[in-house]
Amino acid sequence: MLQRCEACGAFAYPAREACPACLSAGLTFVDAPRRGALLAETTARVPSDVYFRERAPWRIGLVRMDCGPTMVAHLHADCIEGAPVLMSFQLDKSGQAVAFARPERETPNMADDRQWREMTADPKFRRVLVTNGRSLIGQEAAAALKAAGAKTVFVGVSEPWRPFAGEQLLRGQAGIEIVTLDAADEKSATDLAADIGGKVDILVNTTEYVRPGGLLDRRGTGIARDEIDQAYLGFINLAQAFGPAMRMRGADGINSSAAWVNILSVYALANWPAFGAYSASQAASLSLSHCLRAELRPGGVKVMNLFTGPVDTEWFQTVPPPKVAPRAVAQAIVSGLRGGLEEVYVGDVAEEIRQRLAANPKALERELDR
Amino acid sequence: MQGKNLLELAGAVSSGAVRVVDLTFTLSPDFPVIVLPPEFGQAAPVRIQEISRYDGRGPAWYWNNVTFGEHTGTHFDAPIHWFTGKDLPNNSVDTMPAKDMIAPACVIDCSAGAAQDPDFLLTVPLVEAWEAKHGRIPERHWVLLRTDWSKKGWRDYANLREDGAHTPGPNPAVMKWLVEERGIIGFGTETIGTDAGQAGHFEPPYPAHHFLHGAGRYGLQCLCNLDQLPATGAVIVASPLKIQNGSGSPLRVIALVSVN
Repeated sequence: MLQRCEACGAFAYPAREACPACLSAGLTFVDAPRRGALLAETTARVPSDVYFRERAPWRIGLVRMDCGPTMVAHLHADCIEGAPVLMSFQLDKSGQAVAFARPERETPNMADDRQWREMTADPKFRRVLVTNGRSLIGQEAAAALKAAGAKTVFVGVSEPWRPFAGEQLLRGQAGIEIVTLDAADEKSATDLAADIGGKVDILVNTTEYVRPGGLLDRRGTGIARDEIDQAYLGFINLAQAFGPAMRMRGADGINSSAAWVNILSVYALANWPAFGAYSASQAASLSLSHCLRAELRPGGVKVMNLFTGPVDTEWFQTVPPPKVAPRAVAQAIVSGLRGGLEEVYVGDVAEEIRQRLAANPKALERELDR
Repeated sequence: MQGKNLLELAGAVSSGAVRVVDLTFTLSPDFPVIVLPPEFGQAAPVRIQEISRYDGRGPAWYWNNVTFGEHTGTHFDAPIHWFTGKDLPNNSVDTMPAKDMIAPACVIDCSAGAAQDPDFLLTVPLVEAWEAKHGRIPERHWVLLRTDWSKKGWRDYANLREDGAHTPGPNPAVMKWLVEERGIIGFGTETIGTDAGQAGHFEPPYPAHHFLHGAGRYGLQCLCNLDQLPATGAVIVASPLKIQNGSGSPLRVIALVSVN
């Protein structure tokens, strides 16, 4: 995204008050064409910044964008002076958006670049914990992460004495390790962290507890308590058990800890009364995720939230389509980690809620109550 | 009974002449609980959360907050638990007579049958065969069904399949008969529930619950160490927590067994 002049169409960078070409004040941020050419490159061998000093040598360069501006960018190792590059803004370890230049065309093992991996949370080579293997999303996520090159995928299963659909398939896969985990139980989370807490590079919180109903059609707080137990307290248990070690291991070599992923309902953003109490539990988790993001940031560990509309699972049986396939959620996890993103909206419903909320929150509230 | 006899009992416990057998599983989050179809309310699992452990939260002391459903772990069922016992007087754990908390037991060993068939059912002829050997079951005695189920790993213990649990228990006729013809005080099992895993399909459904609680009698489940009890002569101490209007509670169940 760069500023573009509404009057003459010129792109401006760095951000400014008036268009450098025509002095118009109408500058708005828009998606800019991403192509450019590497004008010059240099390698910082003894950077003064402590972060880069530890990671030196570090390549940076000047990129002339096809759309006009020239930018300083971090460079992929395969970028060659004079050759075309593709630019993107990436979130660095401190959560800051920085310009990054990659070769225009795919090169061998392109995603393995050292500087690129600093900006992303690619599951390749990493060890991942998927917290709930009882759910379809958990099972799909485990398979997708494994296929994306994760070294080991630990899959949490609560109440191991209780069989579940898909269990045989999950148990049979190489590189997938079933572990006992009931995130809603403090001791269970702590016990597992004692075993594998030092080697969880990516934690994918696939807690899933969906029940219909709001306030008046339910009796008592039993279900609401379960919702809070699973979504909110489970989150806290996982964060307290795994968070500190992950924060300590943000710079632990190739498979350093990299990211924490939450799968949230998009109704965390705006209450859907048909699943009203569930929406509230998701809103609480969303708020908690922002706290976790701030607390993990000093260690360079990202927090990625995936927002979904109703997923094609049993508890959304009565909800008409469109629904999100669990596999689509799993694929979005992988692509989000590869891109080093903080927020991903999966499917049409989630995207629509996001846009409508930005456009008119009161109208969205009214519409959701039908 | 003379006070002297009670002191003799205490002395016998202390000397080991009367052995105390613990029939209780450790109350822990790992122990299986009953699983109902998901559209019904579920028993809250056992949760143990530290309040402090000689640390900043309490420097000299260790203690926990504990939460659980009334029917978790080794637990007691009061008559109010079932619709058949809902209108009886003193039908909850807080109002039941304290004297009912101590009673002798008859232990029926069905471990061989249960090993052959997870859906093994106790029947009237089987109890009659037991009586032929050990004598008629006296009134106000517990009948404990020994299946050695408590020795299994927890997956086999719960033994859940697509169509529900497959665990041994009593058939409807024997429950009616034990309650009406033998006047038992209660029925105890090693499995999750006094009824068989498939008892929802019986007529009436859940006959142990139906007949026991309808007649003001009690249930004990998730017992262990029944193999250490004699067929007759053990005395069971089973005092549930005094939960207001409680339908049951986890509890410590012990058996007094004379060594001679």
